[in-house]
Amino acid sequence: MSNERASAKLLNRTALTKRLVQKLKAGEAVIGGIGNANFDLFAAGHRPQNFYMLGSMGLACPIALGVALAQPERGVIALEGDGSILMGLGCLATIANLRPRNLTIVVWDNGIYQITGKQQAATAGVTDLVAVARGAGIANSAWVRDEAHFDALLDRRFDDGGPALLAVKIDDMPGQGQTPRDPALIRSRFMKGLGTGRGGALDP
Amino acid sequence: MSWSDTFLRLLKDNDVRLVAYVPDNVLTPLIAGVTADNYFLPVGATREDEAVGTITGAYMAGLRGAVMMQTSGFALIANALASLVLPYQIPAIMVISERGTMGEFNIGQSLVARTMRPTLDTLGIAHHTLTDEATMPFIVDSSIKQAYSTQAPVAFILSPLLTGGNPAAKAKLKI
Repeated sequence: MSNERASAKLLNRTALTKRLVQKLKAGEAVIGGIGNANFDLFAAGHRPQNFYMLGSMGLACPIALGVALAQPERGVIALEGDGSILMGLGCLATIANLRPRNLTIVVWDNGIYQITGKQQAATAGVTDLVAVARGAGIANSAWVRDEAHFDALLDRRFDDGGPALLAVKIDDMPGQGQTPRDPALIRSRFMKGLGTGRGGALDP
Repeated sequence: MSWSDTFLRLLKDNDVRLVAYVPDNVLTPLIAGVTADNYFLPVGATREDEAVGTITGAYMAGLRGAVMMQTSGFALIANALASLVLPYQIPAIMVISERGTMGEFNIGQSLVARTMRPTLDTLGIAHHTLTDEATMPFIVDSSIKQAYSTQAPVAFILSPLLTGGNPAAKAKLKI
């Protein structure tokens, strides 16, 4: 195990998601990956620029990439679990080569598939997602050492400096929120939040 | 104008700028056209479901996109269609080069090809098989407009009748 990974403090996803959301001042788009990543995003308080995934495990980063390419002036953040990102590691190579400056990936790594019964993931063994991301070409990748380091890494503009990846070692606590299970509503509100489509057409 | 030039013009006519693709022999002229033309934003994806995710995000953020893939690649995206594109009502434009028929040399392609139309039909996704340059413009133009008007995906299947099939197959089929 790498030194960086071994020495990373065990943190809590619910608390850090709240901390992250409080830093968002410029209408940043946030893509919450399936399961606990988006449950905690919802629990941190709904924002118009939040997108909640209720399926398609592994696609938070590709979806965030699409948003980032379409709106290069807006910061875009993908929140993804370790099990989810393991399902499609190739997207890290795609992102590394396209170099979207406005894309930040946060990986919550508890080494388990928490939501399906805490089965171990490859990240419980020898797989180091920061090393994977760096190998894919995302040079700006780091393990979060502790809360202060998390703050230091995220106290910045999100529309520049990317692509970046932060991996956070977290405990095995479940997500705290219950995202409304209405994909059409989620999509239309997200589009309204991004100022696209017909999202606001029926509002007074 | 070649079938591929015509197809790209139809994408342009409908403001489809982002093209996420996984390469294929038959798609070569489309991918070359997309990468050579500054109008388009090409995304070379590593898997087809990744490409679907990227055009989904782009659409929601105001940029229209298409996914280009071959038949076997389509077989990888059933979950992305059923749990992202369909429930979230995403007008995903899918361009599938048809392998597995009319001169296929690879048994895996001929078998996986059997899953394509049944999967599209089961999911209720509109699909059109493009066989000739005469009918292609009407089918593609009207169907892209319908997709965006109705928030529904559409698949264009590029038949060997249109494209001439996989150029690599001709040599390999000599037995």
